[in-house]
Amino acid sequence: MIRVLLLVALFGLAACAEREQVADFKKGKYQGKPDTQAWDNAPLAYGSGKWTKGDRASWENQIKTRQLGQNEDVRINQ
Amino acid sequence: MARMKFLCDAERCIECNGCVTACKQENEVPWGVNRRRVVTINDGIVGAEKSISVACMHCSDAPCMAVCPVDCFYKTEDGVVLHDKDLCIGCGYCFYACPFGAPQFPQAGAFGLRGKMDKCTFCAGGPEPDRSEAEFKKYGRNRLSEGKLPACAEMCSTKALLGGDGDVIADIYRDRVVRRGKGSEVWGWGTAYGPGKPGAQPPAQQPARGRS
Repeated sequence: MIRVLLLVALFGLAACAEREQVADFKKGKYQGKPDTQAWDNAPLAYGSGKWTKGDRASWENQIKTRQLGQNEDVRINQ
Repeated sequence: MARMKFLCDAERCIECNGCVTACKQENEVPWGVNRRRVVTINDGIVGAEKSISVACMHCSDAPCMAVCPVDCFYKTEDGVVLHDKDLCIGCGYCFYACPFGAPQFPQAGAFGLRGKMDKCTFCAGGPEPDRSEAEFKKYGRNRLSEGKLPACAEMCSTKALLGGDGDVIADIYRDRVVRRGKGSEVWGWGTAYGPGKPGAQPPAQQPARGRS
């Protein structure tokens, strides 16, 4: 009788176990066309600042100058 | 390494919609698609009205990228989230995932047919040859390749909207907050979700230094 009760409890309570219900998230990989980098372009003839084509550091310098231009406190007090 | 972000100063935004207009004009965004919009809370309540300009925030861990079933999103080395329109199927999952409502879908035809997703590109174009006609037609102008910042930020008349490397614009904003002695409390958790416990006060204001 005890065995039967244990078996019933074993199978009966098996449904109460908590199982992972979320599927494993697999990060996707970009499937589209490749893109070029902004610094791989030559500066425009007029109005785009100066940097060396292909040189990321010089392009970042140009962008940083432009970013700091948004701070009018610095711009006015220069 | 730069990590491109937008930051909108709610103390300065005057809801002029200049950023929206600049974006529309610069990228020739079609009717019905708004890559950028100005959101106002407490509209009409004197002293409590605040506006911020919202577009794609180019999330560091972008949910749109995570949910896209065709994996058409990618992130540039500068942290700009872009997508390939040739691959996009216009399913709209990214719209549901985005907390800012950034993905937009052009409506075409009488039955509300949904086109390919369109969103703010941080004026960085897309996966087409830089400055080409194809890039402009699909994604708008590539100002970063011209050594410029997004048109919305550069056109902002009160310089409420800042765009650029997160560290640099955060420094500009921090400098402003220190100078005017307020502002840190209007941007962030407290504004979005309230002070928390009933009766709790928002974060203490910093003492005013210099002029505003």
